Amino acid sequence: MISDAMFWGVTVLLGIGTFLIRFSFMGFLGNRRMPEWLMLHLRYVAVGVFPALITPLVLWPDATGGQIDAAHLLGAAAAVAAGLWFSVAGAIFAGMGTLYAVQYLQSAF
Amino acid sequence: MRPEQTRSRHARAAYWRGLRDCVPFIIIIVPYSMLFGVVARDAGLNLLEAMSMSVIVIAGASQFTAVALMQEHAPVFIVLLAALAVNARMAMYSAALQPHVGRAPIRLRAIMAYLMVDQAFALSIREYDDHPEMRLREKLAYYFGVITPACGAWYAFTFLGAVLGRAVPPELSLHFAVPVCFIALVAPMMKSLPHVVAAFVSILSAVLFADLPYNAALVVAALLAMIAGARCEVWLARRRVMA
Repeated sequence: MISDAMFWGVTVLLGIGTFLIRFSFMGFLGNRRMPEWLMLHLRYVAVGVFPALITPLVLWPDATGGQIDAAHLLGAAAAVAAGLWFSVAGAIFAGMGTLYAVQYLQSAF
Repeated sequence: MRPEQTRSRHARAAYWRGLRDCVPFIIIIVPYSMLFGVVARDAGLNLLEAMSMSVIVIAGASQFTAVALMQEHAPVFIVLLAALAVNARMAMYSAALQPHVGRAPIRLRAIMAYLMVDQAFALSIREYDDHPEMRLREKLAYYFGVITPACGAWYAFTFLGAVLGRAVPPELSLHFAVPVCFIALVAPMMKSLPHVVAAFVSILSAVLFADLPYNAALVVAALLAMIAGARCEVWLARRRVMA
């Protein structure tokens, strides 16, 4: 059981902490110009964060108990291809479709 | 038409574009938020508590971490440290968005910060980079367009999961929609050599540092990738000057 004090303490502090992390640069710096070297690095935030976020979900999915699995690898490859040439929706169809197809083949043989 | 009218029309169009761009991502928000509702109830939290957490924090991965550690009776300090570490990446989102929206009134920036989920950052930064001519009002409108379905679905489906006590069946493998959606977002960003190098370093570091505690691999990988991308850009520029 989680005690009331524990729950509300953690929730409120986590809420405040998370807000401050999100607010940080955007909020406190306001309209000030960041130094050029920092701006240079900030151009690569998205391509720096998301591949690292994706990698463990593809290589060691919880659903397989963290085992490397062909269906997930091939699904991710299909999503990359569709994402490069089509749209978000296209990548979702390609990725999920490939996953289902390979999972079906794995269970059939 | 007066310029004022044109501007508000552009802002309205940007809002709807953001909303539309976010719609495919509902496929990952629905199972994830329902699962949180279910996990929270299983942990003995009531409906009000489950909802409060989703509304106060709105950061899925850190909510799961916090609930799991509270169930194990970890000390408050450890629960907070672990859950906040999961959200550390958002400081980088905040920094990357600052040059675009730093001129907005502080009240709006506070609301944007509160609602800053991964999709909001990823879709907005892509839109801003692709359309440097966008005005502040349009940038803000686009962001709030993305947020509308993302956070709406997050609240609504946490509620549904907590009330029904049932998540989307695991046989549907919707867990895989999470990496797939983010792949779909990142793939079109591979538009220059430095971007490709950064993504490659990010993947490699995520594997190399996978065993670091407190989700540190993500932050380390992102920082190394940013340095790699920046160095590569500088190197390319120098080579161009010399040639």
